[in-house]
Amino acid sequence: MIMLAFLAQTLRIAIPYLFASAGGVISERAGLIGLTLEGYMLGAAFTAAVGSHYSGSPWIGALCGIAGGVAMAMLYAVCSLRFRANQIVVGIAINLLAIGLTRVFLRFIFDSSSNSSRVAGFGSETGGGLAALVSNPLIWLGLATVPALAWVLYRTPFGLRVRAVGEHPDAAASVGVRVNRVRYAAAALSGMLAGLGGVYLVLDQHQFTDQMTAGRGFIAIAATIFGRWDPVRVALACLLFAAAETMQIQLQGMKIVPSQFLEILPYVLTIIALAGVVGRAVPPAALGKTTEPV
Amino acid sequence: MNSKVRDTLVEGVVPSVVALMIALVVGDILILVFGESPLAVYRLLLEGTWGNAYGLGQVLYKATTLIFTGLAVAIGVRAGLFNIAAESQLAAGGFAAAMTGLLLPATVPAVVAIPLCMLAAMAAGGLLGGVPGVLKARFGAHEVIVTIMLNFIVLALLSYLISAHFHVPESLHTEEIRTGSIPRLTAASSYFAGSAANFTIIVALIAAAAVWVLLFRTRAGYELRAVGLQPEAAEYGGVKVPSVVIRTFLISGALAGLGGINYVLGYKHYYEEGFASGAGFLGIAVALVGRSHPLGIVLSALLFATLSQGGLAVNALVPKQMVEVLQAVVIIAVMTSIPEVRRALRGARPVPAT
Amino acid sequence: MTTPGSQLPGSPDVAVSMQNIVKSFGAVQANRGATLEVRRGEVHAIVGENGAGKSTLMRILGGLYPPNSGVVTVHGRTVTGWSTAEAIDAAVGMVHQHFMLVPTLTVAENIVLGRELTRGPFMLDRMRSERAVADLAMKTGLLVPAGRRVDELSVGEAQRVEILKALYRGARTLILDEPTAVLSPREVEELWQVLRRLRSEGDTIILITHKLDEVMAISDSITVMRHGETVEQLRTADTNPAEIARAMVGRDVALPAHAGSTGAVDSRSVALELKDVRVRSTRGTVAVDGLSLAVARGEILGIAGVEGNGQTELIEAIAGLRDIESGSITLSGASPEDISDSSVEARARAGLSHIPEDRHLRGLVLDYSIEDNLILGMHRQFTKSGLLDRDRIADNARRQIAAFDIRPPDPHQQARALSGGNQQKIVVAREMGRDFGVLLAAQPTRGVDVGAIEFIHARLREARASGKAVLLVSADLTEILALSDRVAVMYGGKIVSMQARAEASEESLGAFMTGASRVTAA
Repeated sequence: MIMLAFLAQTLRIAIPYLFASAGGVISERAGLIGLTLEGYMLGAAFTAAVGSHYSGSPWIGALCGIAGGVAMAMLYAVCSLRFRANQIVVGIAINLLAIGLTRVFLRFIFDSSSNSSRVAGFGSETGGGLAALVSNPLIWLGLATVPALAWVLYRTPFGLRVRAVGEHPDAAASVGVRVNRVRYAAAALSGMLAGLGGVYLVLDQHQFTDQMTAGRGFIAIAATIFGRWDPVRVALACLLFAAAETMQIQLQGMKIVPSQFLEILPYVLTIIALAGVVGRAVPPAALGKTTEPV
Repeated sequence: MNSKVRDTLVEGVVPSVVALMIALVVGDILILVFGESPLAVYRLLLEGTWGNAYGLGQVLYKATTLIFTGLAVAIGVRAGLFNIAAESQLAAGGFAAAMTGLLLPATVPAVVAIPLCMLAAMAAGGLLGGVPGVLKARFGAHEVIVTIMLNFIVLALLSYLISAHFHVPESLHTEEIRTGSIPRLTAASSYFAGSAANFTIIVALIAAAAVWVLLFRTRAGYELRAVGLQPEAAEYGGVKVPSVVIRTFLISGALAGLGGINYVLGYKHYYEEGFASGAGFLGIAVALVGRSHPLGIVLSALLFATLSQGGLAVNALVPKQMVEVLQAVVIIAVMTSIPEVRRALRGARPVPAT
Repeated sequence: MTTPGSQLPGSPDVAVSMQNIVKSFGAVQANRGATLEVRRGEVHAIVGENGAGKSTLMRILGGLYPPNSGVVTVHGRTVTGWSTAEAIDAAVGMVHQHFMLVPTLTVAENIVLGRELTRGPFMLDRMRSERAVADLAMKTGLLVPAGRRVDELSVGEAQRVEILKALYRGARTLILDEPTAVLSPREVEELWQVLRRLRSEGDTIILITHKLDEVMAISDSITVMRHGETVEQLRTADTNPAEIARAMVGRDVALPAHAGSTGAVDSRSVALELKDVRVRSTRGTVAVDGLSLAVARGEILGIAGVEGNGQTELIEAIAGLRDIESGSITLSGASPEDISDSSVEARARAGLSHIPEDRHLRGLVLDYSIEDNLILGMHRQFTKSGLLDRDRIADNARRQIAAFDIRPPDPHQQARALSGGNQQKIVVAREMGRDFGVLLAAQPTRGVDVGAIEFIHARLREARASGKAVLLVSADLTEILALSDRVAVMYGGKIVSMQARAEASEESLGAFMTGASRVTAA
């Protein structure tokens, strides 16, 4: 019984990570650094809340959220590809932009600096429980993303081109692949997927709260790196991190291990992966290399 | 004016000016969305900052921290590195200063205590900076992800230390330090009455001058900049690139850590969780708009501090969060205009055939 | 020997015809009226030294850029100025010298990229792709493991994948640019077998090369280029290496019977000594293969050779920018000092100066001023208690700018803004202005105007006269012959000849540089 509850909660926590890290994988595999996942999630969460608020339908809300995520991704892609701006700095700025814009419009539309009004969503009002979980379509969508992403990446021409473009864009260009077009498509997908992570959060809690993503986008990128940019491994990493988080919540009252120590587990694991202590995490070779040659 | 100076000025100043203009336009749009008049808002902003003593004091106070974090990020950028961990280094520095101030007996005179606290702050920040430095130099681990991860780790650990051990009940801060306080500016003149501005600003300006000397007048700075511009040429010139990477991160971390004294020694006289409140990340914007040059950084820090304080002043008319939007817009605008300006300059002057 | 133009371009026998091709890049004229005629179903070699214009001509054929003037016909159809896409559609495929392969993808994936076989609208048909690749491989004899990742292949196998890429897109005319540059002798043989097989299928092959032994081994006809023009069109069966070499160089060639006297060096005056040095290239192949040499004080030892035969790696190894796998490097100042493991800085302190072959990458920090570049590598000497001594730096700049006539004479000018010649003068001024015993000069006058060339050559002679040892590496034979006391030729990572200046000539050196001497010896 406890085991089931543990699994259920882990799954609930993992879904946003699964969505966002899927976005991270497709983006980074194509050569675009995925620091912006946090911004996509937050922006999409807000637009989803707005959409759901005005239409009364969570489905419309979800679509609006996706649109929001894609819009932010396109902004990032244009800055990186057309203007050749430094991806890292622009990425951080996009995250800040998401925070700022959501706060401004939170005031403007909902007249509050902390949360929106109640909106129609998917999650059960009372939260928790396996039944509530099963009835949320986004849970199924989130789980489906893993095999879907693996299939797209390894079994479609588009996925092949994404992988080529992220490793050796010159080789891809030499056989006629439109490198930037592939990257724009990958960015759009990344915005959509990460956006779904934010959509899930909002529609599950039935409201948008200021900065509600709370760093999940960074855990997602940590999972992407820790999982070595492979969809299945990344998904496992997400489950691992989610399990650690569940443990942290459950142990909170008990003072066995300070909660902060479990909280930092994903970040520590990622640094270890990068330092190559347990095998090397080698990113796609052309990752981040869209800046102007000097 | 010879062409080198002109080109440097153009490449340095134009992107920042363009960025500010774009930010202005975006700001206007947002203000209009809220149904207010841009002119009225800007006037209120100026009145609330440079127009009154308290406001100006607050601007100087906020700018002080930003100068430290801006310098920290800038020195990394000059070496081709990104220190995104300035936020946690700042917090850790403040914590170290607070702990030192608590541990030293109250009888220790300020002239000894203050430098000791400052050293503690720099040591804490520097040590933390060493982590990404070593990981990059030894293992080639990309410092951006490492520093982002470190931010979370360090801030979480600091939170633990406060909540589990050092906090004053019912609060998230430590006890007041026994010695090592830095006097407010009001001690010198009553002009800044009530504001948080304190003499740390002098330290900040000295730090800016020191960084300038380091970058442009020392051998270490010569090597550092070479590594950032053309690591292959630096290697050819006998520079040991991995050592430079580690050294740069140590200095960067130390600068960010030192910034912690503004709040801890100069304002509240204790460490409080969250006191950094984004100054580490803003330091990135400050460094970029200031084109990684100490003079530019001081000016840029004043600008961002003005925006931040101004946001509070105009809160009646438009949400102060608009300032955050503008800050992000400025960063994006600067980063996109730098390559454009560079391309325009190179295109105008044909590169001689090799 | 057929006379040019004896085959009408429209005749069905002619696969490719290029007439009077002119192509300039800014002030550089790469092709000035070059001509080419290749019959269908033959292997045609285009030979010439570095800078003869071979690659440019083939890139025009391959569709990378259009000529300024001239006509290109393929199978009777005029195609001047077409794009790579059109060229590929017309069955003309180019195999580049630097492979365009994605290392983490498999062989089959690399080959089908851009023209993927699908099952249904979205799905990659991996089985059909691998089968198509295997079929093609079998048919052409280019055996490759279709399912293996490219980064696990040998260089020879990777090249086969590149060729298959072109064939997969239907190429019947193949252009190969210096294909044997990265191959071992056995892999070269295997490549010949492949080319012969393709020829027997009726494919046309054009080979860019500078190696005469290969030309004799595989080609049916030859075009010799020199200075952007076509100077000879020959049938391989009717000619010989001497004739080809003569055409390449423009004078009668007398291939020496042996590699000439070694011009031994008095051991007491040796300043730089290499023993059995082995160096790997960045790719992992052996670039310098057990090389030994010695440079004496007061001499200029010139190493001639076409670029890519290990000279770059050799100089980098001596300078300390590349590790050596085995062997030793010794510098003799007051006493011999083994510098095989020393840092760049230590070698500089021991009296080693280095004019690098790539001034834009290594020699200068382009964004630094002239005066700052003039102290790169010796900046420690211009430091006083950690601070740069601005006065001495300015003084040094003033002197050097005047002595070397660097223009514009503004010490604060960014190096990026200077012409190639002036940039090189900064490097030369710096490297020769310090206290050195041995100078490494790699391509010291590449991309430099005539006036600056004279100047730099005079400085090099001065160094010799004052008892310094100079190791000169250059692809420019005139320069080598003008300056050197002894001349060595580097080919395939080894020194293949060492002669005193009096015995060396452009013709004989040219022969060694192209491996022709190996043919006569065999």
